[in-house]
Amino acid sequence: MSTTPDLHTLSGAYAAHALDAAEREGFERHLARCSACAGEVAEFAETLARLGAAEAAAPPAGLKEQVLAALPEVRQLAPVAAVSPAGARRRWPARRWGRFALAASVAGAVGLGGLAVQQHREADQARDRAAAAQAAASASAASAARFAALLAAPDARTVSARDGAGSGTVVWSPARGQAAFLAAGLPQPKAGTTYQLWYDDAGTMRPAGLLPGAGGSVLLTGAIDGASGVGVTLEPAGGSLHPTGRPVMLLAFG
Amino acid sequence: MSTVVPLPTPRWRGPELKELVAKVAFGDHDAFGRLYDAVAGPVFGLVRRVLRDSAQSEEVTQEVMLELWRTAARYRPDRGEVLPWVLTMAHRRAVDRVRSAQAAADRDQLAAARSHTPVFDETAEQAEGRLEREQVRRCLRTLTELQRESVTLAYYRGYSYREVADMLGAPLGTVKTRMRDGLIRLRDCLGVGS
Repeated sequence: MSTTPDLHTLSGAYAAHALDAAEREGFERHLARCSACAGEVAEFAETLARLGAAEAAAPPAGLKEQVLAALPEVRQLAPVAAVSPAGARRRWPARRWGRFALAASVAGAVGLGGLAVQQHREADQARDRAAAAQAAASASAASAARFAALLAAPDARTVSARDGAGSGTVVWSPARGQAAFLAAGLPQPKAGTTYQLWYDDAGTMRPAGLLPGAGGSVLLTGAIDGASGVGVTLEPAGGSLHPTGRPVMLLAFG
Repeated sequence: MSTVVPLPTPRWRGPELKELVAKVAFGDHDAFGRLYDAVAGPVFGLVRRVLRDSAQSEEVTQEVMLELWRTAARYRPDRGEVLPWVLTMAHRRAVDRVRSAQAAADRDQLAAARSHTPVFDETAEQAEGRLEREQVRRCLRTLTELQRESVTLAYYRGYSYREVADMLGAPLGTVKTRMRDGLIRLRDCLGVGS
C-alpha cells in the first residue's frame, strides 16, 4: 500500500490526468487532508494550462453557432453554498452516465465538509444535524425520528447537493454502514416514474431503494459496504435493476 | 520570422474573463459568446493535440464549451484563473475520450495513416499563441529528457503514467517522481504562482 509521502509524489500525475481511477480516488482522499498538495496541484494545473494554451488553434468554423444554439437545452447549475477541499470529486463511467459526470464531479465537491465530531459535542451536533436534515427535507417529526439513531451516530456525516430548486442530503455512518437520503423540493416525478437511489460501487450502481415522492427521507436499502457514494436517478415506477433514467445527482461519501 | 508584434497580456488572462464567467453563470448568452471567443482556441488546440483527430476534437470542444456554460456558477475566482479551469476540463475530457476503447482504436488507425503535424496558424490572432508556444518550448528544454518525456507523453498524448513508464522502459516510481519534478521545474520557469 502507498504511504503518505508516496501518495504525495502523485500530484504531478494527478494534475496531468495520468492516474487510473483507483489511484485518482486514493489521491483525492489524500488531497482533501493535505492543503500543501492542493496548492501544488493547483499550480500544476496552471502550469499545464500554459502547455495547453501554447497549442491554441482556430476552432472549426460554425462550431460557435452550434454551441450557442445548444445553450437553451443545457440547464445551468446553481452556485453552491459550501465547497469541500479541492479535488474532492469523483466521476462515473462516461458511457453509462454521459453528461451526468459533470453533475457528479460538482456534486462530489459540494457538501457540508467533514463535520468532524468532537466527543463532548456529539449530542449537540446530532441535534443540529437532525434539525438541518429535517429542515432540508421538510420531513415530518416522525420521519426525522426514524433516522435519529443514524443521525446520532458519533461518526455520522452529511453531504448535500442541489438540483435546480431542490436539494438532497445523504447522512451516513461508516461505523453503522448505513446511509439515509433526505430530499427537499425536488421536481415532482412524472406519473409512472420515481426517484431511485443507488450505491456507487466503483462505478457500478447498486439499487438502494426508492424515494417516496419528491420529498421526505428514506433509509437506504442495504449496507454501504465499500460504496463511494450515493446516486439518484429517475426510473420507471417500481424502480430498475440498473440505472436507466435521467441522473439527478451524485453525492460522494467524502 | 518577419515581424513580431509585442502583445500585452494574452486575452485569456486577467479579470475580464472572470467577469465574463460570472455573467455566464447568470445565463448571459452574449457573455458566453465572448467567453467562447477567448477560450475556444486553446480548448480546441489542446484537445486536438491529445486526440489527433479533428472530428473528435470538434465534438469534445463542443462538450467542453457546454460544460462551461453548465458549470459557470461553480467557478471559484479565488482558486485561480479561468483558462486553467477551462483547460483542466478540456484535458480531462480529451483523456477520457482517448482512454475509451473505441477512441484508442481510432487513434491508432489515424496515427498509422498520418503523422501529427503541429499547426501554426500564422494569422495575427495567433501571434500571442506563438509567443506563448516559444516560452513553453524554451522551458520544456530546461527539463531532463525523462522529465520532459514524462510530462509531454501524459499531457499532450493522454497516456497514463503506467503507459508512460512502459513506453520509456522506466520504473513506475521514477516516472511518477520525474513527472512531478518536471512540473515543478516548468512551473518555476513559466513563473506560475509567483
